[in-house]
Amino acid sequence: MTTATEAARAAGLVAPRARATAARPRGLSLALRTLGPVALLAAWQISSATGALTPDVLASPGQVLQAVQELWGNGQLADALSTSLTRAALGLLFGAGAGLVLGVVTGFFRLGEELLDSAVQVLRTVPFLALVPLFMVWFGITETAKIALIGVATSFPMYVSASGGVRNTDRKLVEAMRSFGLSRWAVVREVVLPGALPALLSGLRLSMTLSVIALIAAEEINSTEGIGYLMAQAQNFSRTDVLAVCILIYGLLGLAADGAVRVLERVLMPWRPTGARQGAGR
Amino acid sequence: MSATTPAVHLRGLRRVFGTRAVLDGIDLDIARGEFLALLGASGTGKTTLLRILGALDRADQGTVLVPPSRTVVFQEPRLIPSKRVLGNVTVGLPRGAATRDTGRRALAEVGLADHADAWPGTLSGGEAQRAALARALVREPELLLLDEPFAALDALTRLRMQDLVGELCRKHRPAVLLVTHDVDEAIRLADRVAVLRDGALVRDETVTVERPRDAADPEFAALRRRLLADLGVHQDTAPQHVN
Repeated sequence: MTTATEAARAAGLVAPRARATAARPRGLSLALRTLGPVALLAAWQISSATGALTPDVLASPGQVLQAVQELWGNGQLADALSTSLTRAALGLLFGAGAGLVLGVVTGFFRLGEELLDSAVQVLRTVPFLALVPLFMVWFGITETAKIALIGVATSFPMYVSASGGVRNTDRKLVEAMRSFGLSRWAVVREVVLPGALPALLSGLRLSMTLSVIALIAAEEINSTEGIGYLMAQAQNFSRTDVLAVCILIYGLLGLAADGAVRVLERVLMPWRPTGARQGAGR
Repeated sequence: MSATTPAVHLRGLRRVFGTRAVLDGIDLDIARGEFLALLGASGTGKTTLLRILGALDRADQGTVLVPPSRTVVFQEPRLIPSKRVLGNVTVGLPRGAATRDTGRRALAEVGLADHADAWPGTLSGGEAQRAALARALVREPELLLLDEPFAALDALTRLRMQDLVGELCRKHRPAVLLVTHDVDEAIRLADRVAVLRDGALVRDETVTVERPRDAADPEFAALRRRLLADLGVHQDTAPQHVN
């Protein structure tokens, strides 16, 4: 250390402290993510083993595992799962699709907003559960009623996200593309939709969560198959192990939906930096 | 070198990106109140050096000493769109009438007194950059870091901004590091110019051209030619006026 450095330090100069932005190893990040669920599972197991949680309240993890084997063995679980997943997927497809189209129309075209937005906002305030009796009257106890309910429930979050995302499109970019002779539809396809993708995907996430909730609501009432039917039966026989299986399946469905959107984010938006925080230039 | 203590003290500064040493053993002192212009072609690490001094990036090796109070003006204004201009200038300072008054005075200094209540989105590029300058000066920094603050401005606005920055720096006397690739701008404003190339300072000299500095001054032109040669631009001996 030279005398000049010491003198500078003595005169009150300090070393600048940049915030450490060292990348966290992937393994550690994954371990931290699994910590929460593992802790929950451990708490469940411990309270079952110590007798704090009796089987008539909630079955132990081991019993739940046995129930899964039993239901899988006799094919009940696979049947219920495929029926429920089909309902959720169809409802989501129609609902999110309609929400996306309406959202883009109201977000991008002023006339669309003036014509549609207030009507959709009014409908949006109606709780979708209130529509269950009406759909029963309209469609009877059919698949259509269930799928329509899921569709209605999932369309609104997608609509709100899509119209918001589209409205935030870079107007200068749109102007530039118009000057290159792109049609309106081409502008939507090339600029607006890619730009709104983050909003669209967060809308999809909300819609997927709601599709599971709507699925439960639809299946709890007058179902003859599906996870909800399985649950209704288990309730009649006080099978807390089967109930726990069904609840876990709903949870896993939500988790899988979240994972699917994460993958979609990576696949659909390759231009986005993968690290959340990249340096702001050099 | 003067006997007074410097405002910036660098010894053996090294910064590596991947396998390339962008800064490789930089020794540099900036005296208090001195205006240093750092020139370099793009990608030579001059902005990295500025970011290290501003604690926005870290040094891999070496001694870096800076004053505790320092502010940055970036190439873009970086104003918060949801705060009015005055709010942007005083952002992070303790609230109160006194702060608002100092903020207004700083805005008056940069000629934006009438725009205190405007939204940043309604300002022109030059106005936004002046607001950013007011935001940097209102904190009365001992070290002012200017990262190509004029690069995004049009030619006329740039000249006016350069005069304004020169005037305000003479008035407030912070130590200034101006990072730029514009040789004329460096000579017009700086007490001292340095050129960064291949991770090292290849030139570090005091500007002796008399103020007010005029590009027609032969000394100005000679320095200009030397600096451009350092940057890899070789001119004919016949004088050419680009601007």
